[in-house]
This record gives sequence, structure tokens and C-alpha cells, in this order.
Amino acid sequence: MAIQSGATAEDAVLVVEHLTVLYQQTFALDNISFAIPAGERVAVVGPNGAGKSTLFKVIAGLIKPNRGTVRACGHLHERCAKVAYVPQRAQINWAFPVTVRDVVLMGRVGHVGLLRWYRRRDHELVQTCLEMVRMTDLADRQIGELSGGQQQRVFIARALAQEAQILLMDEPVTGLDLRSQEEVLHIIDDIHQHGVTILVATHNLNEAADAEHYERVMLLNRRLVGIGSAREVMTGENLAAAYGTHLHRIETDQGVLLLHDRH
Amino acid sequence: MELLNSLMEPLQFPFIVRGLIAAMLVGVVCSVVGTFVVLRGMSFLGFALSHAILPGVAIGFLQSDGDSDVIFWWGLGAAILTSLGIGMVSRRTNLSEDTAIGIVFAGMFALGIAIISTIRTFASDLVHVLFGNVLGVSNGDLWRIALFGVLVLLIVFALYKELVVLAFDEVHATTLRLPVTFLSYLLLVLVAVVIMVAMQTVGVALMLAMLTTPPATALLLTRRLPVVMALAAGIGAFSGFAGLYLSYYISVASGAAIVLMCTALFGLTFLIAPRRGWLWQFWTRSDAARLAVQNQGAAKEGK
Repeated sequence: MAIQSGATAEDAVLVVEHLTVLYQQTFALDNISFAIPAGERVAVVGPNGAGKSTLFKVIAGLIKPNRGTVRACGHLHERCAKVAYVPQRAQINWAFPVTVRDVVLMGRVGHVGLLRWYRRRDHELVQTCLEMVRMTDLADRQIGELSGGQQQRVFIARALAQEAQILLMDEPVTGLDLRSQEEVLHIIDDIHQHGVTILVATHNLNEAADAEHYERVMLLNRRLVGIGSAREVMTGENLAAAYGTHLHRIETDQGVLLLHDRH
Repeated sequence: MELLNSLMEPLQFPFIVRGLIAAMLVGVVCSVVGTFVVLRGMSFLGFALSHAILPGVAIGFLQSDGDSDVIFWWGLGAAILTSLGIGMVSRRTNLSEDTAIGIVFAGMFALGIAIISTIRTFASDLVHVLFGNVLGVSNGDLWRIALFGVLVLLIVFALYKELVVLAFDEVHATTLRLPVTFLSYLLLVLVAVVIMVAMQTVGVALMLAMLTTPPATALLLTRRLPVVMALAAGIGAFSGFAGLYLSYYISVASGAAIVLMCTALFGLTFLIAPRRGWLWQFWTRSDAARLAVQNQGAAKEGK
């Protein structure tokens, strides 16, 4: 059965079937199938090179798969963009002469359409999105003048302005200090309340295993090792399959702690 | 009064008036399109395209005996062919884009020189192509510059928000389902048109300065994109105007004088721009250092 973990194609917002991506004859993703119900938060984990970024890029429509299909919101090729992709921070030119508000407004470009200009509704929505990520005070700052956590929040606001149903975030808290990490994770929880489906790629297994933040964990190592609740997926056997022997699972009174000895 | 006289004196010559209008128009159009060239990091591509028009210009010259309309279309064709060629080489091979640009542009430039070397009046024609001849602008040339200049500006304003998204974050443009490939090629065609419009003013060799120096100067002064474009256009137009006067009064080549004005304005801004300028940073840094020393002294006395 291609679809795992209880979700059927009918109530799923994202259905991926037999997805295969090759980079120069080697598998980046090997025959991956899963379905994700609307409104869930999914942590995507796996070792470096497991294909987390590749998976996101295929779902966002940035890479064409060699085989297999991706259906977002029931459509194979969505004309209006329902999938938003929050890039890793290093991929942005932070000296670009735009303000926070300008960047969030860019989320509206697809909705406004060619040869038209932003209307009042667009500006109002941008204001709402800025409020949701608590960035109204800094709306007129140039984006390079922000802290890492604030920059991440701008891109979440841009995705909200895009009215995306599915939000893909590639390592959103990597490189942030602890307080900014908390803030960003908090905002992810907030927008989840609005029914947005969120996939977060992370290499922090303990964060992924936290059921307060994620309903589901996807364990990836080029092929899909498992998808489901943390308890179902993060078994010793699965973790060994994904990480080999470099991962140590420590049972404590408070729960399970997972430690890498290599990054 | 004296200043007014020296401003008015050259205006009695119609060819200088035409040159002034052409230089200012070119300054505006180059700066607006150049802002995208700078922000997308396409400076090398701009450099390559401005040189790769040479074979087109040469063939156009041979075909029409120097008719600037015919030369315009041949040059434009060569520029578009070059950008397609660069795209193809970098996509079909595993060579990086700058290597592809280097290969295609050098080949085209050499072809241009080879063709021009068969013309008897080789030296003087090549000089005009390389360094421009703004005082030789005819009424017909001026109309063509104005027409294509306005057309380019209209397209940029019509597609402004899409071009900005593309320049800022191409990945985002793709997820928004914008026509990314079309827009990328459109930007290349716009650059090609601007190069052909500007060729008579500053010439092939100095073109890149008109595309990159005014936007770069404006970027030192402001962090708002519309302001960057407006300032760059102003700097471009002023450099065209002032450069031509400079060339009239001290008898230097007009294209070089225009570019030197751009460079001088950049240098001045680099030195004295508020906050980002070198002098500003030097002073605030030495202020901070002095303050730190004082504080340290006060702290010591306190103890």
C-alpha cells in the first residue's frame, strides 16, 4: 500500500506517490509515498544527504522528479501557489534594498496578477500577517538590519501573505540562539492554529520527537524509513536504519533522549 | 552670469544639443535597467553582452555603409543570440555560467574584430564603436533612442513587482508560479536593447559603467528600491549632461568624460555617504574609540 499511517487520499492535503529523484545516477529520493492530512505539523528528519531539502524542492515545484507525482490540495499542477517554501537563511541576499513590509508584500504578487498593482486588500492582509509574526514594529526596517529569528519570521509572514495551505520550512531554527528558536517555534504553532499544514526539516531529533510541536514525524534516508507519531517512528530499529550506528537512544525517567556522535 | 554663459555657449550647436539629450536619456534608461543588473549580480553578463554586439554592428555596418538603424537591429540580434548561446552552453554542459559567458563573449568579440578588420576605414570605425560618438547623433538616432528608451522603461514599470521578486528570490518567484524563464530572458533582452541604445553614446568598452556605476552609487545612499532607481536615473542623467560639458571645455572624448563623471560621483559617495561612507565610518569609529578610552579612564579614576 502506497499510502501509510492512516491518512487516506481524500482528507490529505498533500499526497506524494512513488517519488524518485536522481542526481547524476544516484538516488536522492527513492520511491517515496506518503499522505499528510490537512492542518498537521510534520517534522522531517534524517541524516545529512537524506534528501530532506530535495523532497521540499520537489513539493514546492522547484525540481521535477524523475518518477512519481506530488498532489497539493488535490491538484497536480496548481496554478495559484498554495505551497510556500521558506528557504535556508544563507540563500538570501540580505543587502537587497527592501524593507520587511516589501518582502511580505511579495507574497501577494501571484494573487495580484500581471500588469496590476497591489490594492488596499493586499496591504491590509500584509499588515495582518506582520501582526501574526509580531513584526509590525520593524515593518519599515531594511531586511539586513534584523536578527536571525526576525528574518525567519519575515519569511513566515511572506508565506502567510501568499495564503499558502502548505508551508515547507528548511531548517528554520538552525543557527539561531535559543530564545529566537523558541520564538520561531511558537509562531509555527500559532499559524498551525489557522489550519496551515506545516512541514519542518530539522536535524534536531529531540525537537522532532516533541509531540507538543509535531503531530507526525517523517524519518527519511533517501527512502522513507517511517512516518507516524514519534513513538511509532522513532524506534531503535528505524533510527538504526536511517542513521546507522552513529545514533544513541538513551531511555531516561523523563522520556527518550537521542544523541548523535556525528553531524 | 558667467556660469550661465558657459552653460549656454555650447547650446548654440545643434549637434551638442542632440548629444546632451541623447546622453541624458541613455543615463536614465541604463540606470533603471542597470539596477536589476546590479541586484541580480549580472554585471559580468552585462559586460559580455555589450562586447558581443560587435559582430552584429560590424555586419550591419558593412551591409548598409554605416546606416545606424540597420546597425541597431544587427547589434540587437547579436546580443540576443549571445544571451541564448550562454544559456545553452551553461545548461547543456557542466561548465559554470561565468565560464560559459567568457567563452561565448570572447568568441563573438573576436568575430567582430575580424569582420571590422576587413573594412578599409578600420581604425576610425572601431574607435567609434568602442568608445562611442555622442556628438554624431542624428535626429533619426535621437528618435530611436527616445522610442526604445521609453519602451524599455514602460516594460520595466509594467512588470516591476515581478522583476523585483525575481531579483530578490528566484526560488520564491518559482513557487509563486511566475513565468520565471520568460522574465529572465526578458530582462536579458531589455539589457540588450539598452546596450544598443547606449552604444552611440558611450560605446562598447565603457558600457558597463553606465549600467552599474549609477545604481551602485545609489545603493550606497538608500535602502529603498524605488529610491535607488530614481537616484540612479538622476545620477545617470546628470553624468551624461555634465560629462558632455566637461568634454566640450577640456576637449576629452565624450564617452570617457560621461563615464568619468559617474565614477567621480561614486567615489564622492563612497567617501562621504551618511552612515555607509568611508569617512563617516572612519569618524564614528574613532569617536567610539575615543569614547571607549574616556570611559576606561573614568572607570579607573572611579576606582
